[in-house]
Formats: sequence, C-alpha cells, structure tokens
Amino acid sequence: MSEAVWILGIHMTKFGKNPDKDTVDLAAEATTGALADGGVRMKDMQILAAGNLMGAGLGIGQALQKQVGQTGIPVYNVSNACATGATALRTAIMAVKAGEADMGLAVGVEKLAGAGLLAGGSRSGDKDTWTPSGRYGAVAPVDGRIGTETMPGVFAQIGMEYGHKYGGTSFELFARISEKNHAHSTLNPLAAYQKRMSVEDIMNDVMIAYPNTRPMCSANCDGAAAAVVVSDSKLKTLSREQQARAVKVAASVLTTDPWQESCQVLPDVNTLTRNAATQAYEQAGVGPADLDLVELHDCFATAELVHYDNLMLCEPGGAVAFFESGAPWRDGSTPVNVSGGLQSKGHPIAATGIANVWEVCHHLRGEAGDRQIEGARVGLAHVIGLGSACGVHILERAA
Amino acid sequence: MTERIPLVDYLVLGDEPHLSAHECTSCGARFFDRRNACAGCEGTEFKDVGIAREGILRAFTIVSFAAPGVPVPFVAGVIDCDGTSVRANVINVEPDADHVTLGMPVRFATYVVGTDSAGVEAIGFGFEPVEGSTR
Repeated sequence: MSEAVWILGIHMTKFGKNPDKDTVDLAAEATTGALADGGVRMKDMQILAAGNLMGAGLGIGQALQKQVGQTGIPVYNVSNACATGATALRTAIMAVKAGEADMGLAVGVEKLAGAGLLAGGSRSGDKDTWTPSGRYGAVAPVDGRIGTETMPGVFAQIGMEYGHKYGGTSFELFARISEKNHAHSTLNPLAAYQKRMSVEDIMNDVMIAYPNTRPMCSANCDGAAAAVVVSDSKLKTLSREQQARAVKVAASVLTTDPWQESCQVLPDVNTLTRNAATQAYEQAGVGPADLDLVELHDCFATAELVHYDNLMLCEPGGAVAFFESGAPWRDGSTPVNVSGGLQSKGHPIAATGIANVWEVCHHLRGEAGDRQIEGARVGLAHVIGLGSACGVHILERAA
Repeated sequence: MTERIPLVDYLVLGDEPHLSAHECTSCGARFFDRRNACAGCEGTEFKDVGIAREGILRAFTIVSFAAPGVPVPFVAGVIDCDGTSVRANVINVEPDADHVTLGMPVRFATYVVGTDSAGVEAIGFGFEPVEGSTR
C-alpha cells in the first residue's frame, strides 16, 4: 500500500483574455502562486509535469523552468486533449506514490482567447480529381457530409442520445443547466464571464449546434493552474500551518474508453467516466452521497447532464430528475460546478483539469469566500478529453 | 454513362447502394475504417457485411456553425441500423427540431456530392425520413 499524497499548494490565474501575457507568463504565474501557497520553492520539487495542448511538442515544462527555476529535475510534458491538466496532476501524483519523489509540481496552461471551433474548425477544399485516401478511403473531406466533427455538435449528440435513451430532455432543459452555471459564476471573481443569464437569454442566443447555443458552450479563454503535491511522510515534516491547509488526494484515476458498439461512431464519454468514478469512489472509500461539491466537465450544457449519471450522482437514467430536483444548484444536495463551470468560468484546455481541483480545494480549506460551500469536507473533480481520456480526483479536507 | 466513385470506401454503389462494415469474425464487432485489429477482442480476421438500409435516429444535432465551406444548417446524427450504429447526415428534411426528432425512422439514401475535372461523380450518402411516418 503506497502512502497518501496531499495537495500542498495550488493556484489558478484569472481566466479570460490576457493579450499581454504569453503561455509561459501564465504558467509562471500559476507555478509561483502554487509554490507560495504551499510555502515551498522550485528547489523543493523533484518532478515537474506540464501540459499545454496547443503548444504540445514545444516543451512548456522546460520553457517554464527557464523563467522560474532550472533545477535539473525531470520534466514530463503531457498531452491528453481536455484531460491534459488532470493527466499532468496524475503524473506528479504517480511519481510521489511510486516513491520516486516526495514533492512534485503539476501545471497546465492554455492561450485560447479568440479561438473558434476547436475541431472541425477548418476543412480543406475538394481536389480536382477524386482520389481515395485515409482509413475510410474518402475522396473528399467528410466533415459536414458524414456527420460533424465540431465539438459543439459532437457533444450535442451525446446529450440528445441520453434523451433518446431515457426521455425527458428538451432544448429548454439543457438551457436551464447552462442558466445554473452562469448564475454560479457571478460569485467567482476568477471566472472569464460572470454574467447572470436567463433561460430566454440563453435560448435566444446564437445557435451553434442544436441544442447548444453559444452560452451553452465552454468559453475559450486564457488561463493556467498549478499544484504542488507532497507525500504523507514529507508533509509530516512541514509546519503545522502547511499540514492544516493540505488537502488529501483521496483518489486519483485516469481512464480511457473501452470498446463499445458505437464508440467509433460517436465518442462514448459515458463508459470511461463511469469506470473512473467507480475506481475513484473505491479508492477514496466514499460514495456519491458523501460529496459536498462536484466540479464536472460541462464543456457543453448537453455534457453536464450525462455526467450526473456517469458520476453516479443519480440513479441510472435519473439525470433529468436529478437536475429538476434542484440538487446541482449551489444550495442543493450535490452542488455541481459552483465555479460557474466551463461555460462561464472558461475552458483554457490544459489548465482545466487542475483548475477544477483548485476550486474543490478552495472550498475544502474554507477559503472560497462568497461562494463557499459551508462545511465542505469531500469534493470530486472530473474532466474528459475526447479521444478519449477521463480524469477523476476525489479530495478530502485535512482532519 | 457517367463514371461514379463513392465518397468513402464503405459505401457500396450499384443497384441497391448500401454501407458495408468490416465485422470481426471472433467477436462480431463492426468497423467502417481500415483495420489493424479488432478494438474489442484483438482479433485480426474480418469479413465484410452489409448494413441495414433502415434505422432509427438515435441522436442528432443541427449544426449552424461549422468550418468555412461547410454549408449550414445541416443535421448530423447517429442512426441505429438494426443494432449497428452509423454516423451520417439526415438529408431531404427541413433542418429544424420540428422536422427532426429522436427515434424518428429513417432510411438510407444517396446523392451526388460533385463532379471532378475528369467528369467523375462522387456519391455521398445520408438517411432521410421514412415517408408516411407520423413522426
């Protein structure tokens, strides 16, 4: 049995537009913030895991070190779609669990303000002569001809598929999920958007991919988040204050999608999330009813609905009833996305999987200010990257 | 007669156009792309099987915002063809939520994508509402 791992320090930058800061500036801000929060320095770190999806291959970890401290430690530059941040965090946690490091740093950063559609955002023109190429022997681009490759469209279908299976969904229902997250965001000063929106505002906004209108889509923005993780034995050597503010990583899980009948036709974001949640609850020794708050991957309003079910916050097929009961509102029985979620807090891709852990830690430490969930002891952070990868972390307040 | 070519190699043209999948001979998993092995059971033997031409619309979206050059709006969906899931557009229908509904019965249809400089027609496919359906 490997020893417990703790979050010692954690920080997220304000999400939004940062024209004057580059990727490394944002990563450095998150890193120095996390180190200061934990009362440690780069020289205390024995491993760095870094994620920056748009700059994958450029070595964000080393570029960051060159600004904040080149100490010669191993760097793992990781890339796992929207689960990149969670993957970086999990990499640092694994190093500590393996006993190769007693303190490590994970950082995720993205510059995304102004980016448009992130997949299916461009399509080459047809060629002069039809020539089959690729794994499907396609003679011309298929996006828009055989379904859609756009993320809003893919996730719209994922929500609609849930509606087909269980009933009860509607354009308005999905808009009301978005209304909740936009309402929550008004209490989060670090959110990219803090604007309360009515259901009518949301439904009458620009349609992107039915039933997802613009405010029901995650907001492209800039941001970074970083976390310092520490082994249990090392933590015991640190100050009383450091120990009191440390947050226990009760579970850290990463899964990919196991083969299912339709998973290569429409991505199956359900099975791997359910598998990750099952493993995480088992590791942590808690159940969904024990969670005081959940930050889940609401990259689109249609996605949030299915993850109520996948994370077992409700009975199978009960996601609509769960939402209708008011449970996921901040004053409900299982507050979901009190940060405002990706739809309003924003989704700087590689930062997201650490930023949602920051949000949970903030509440568990009792430092969340106006949006504090009173008495929060246990929280869950979930991300999913299409392809697919799912990260689930369960965090517990120090006893 | 105009020469024709399918938009993708799993579209079989002829008197009765249809889709064809590579079915794993070990576990029955079906795939539309060129395979290295079966993602379900690691088997390496496949046989080609025809896909049912009628199905049920299991999921859809109406795309209003897409890449430049992609005509919008259009309906993208997943059709359950007798147990095999197929990705396709829903065609020959008004692209709005009054005319496209979950669970709607649909059937296979082909259309001309375009003609290249050699005069060859590329043939695409989609699924259209079944006439007479009340949905």
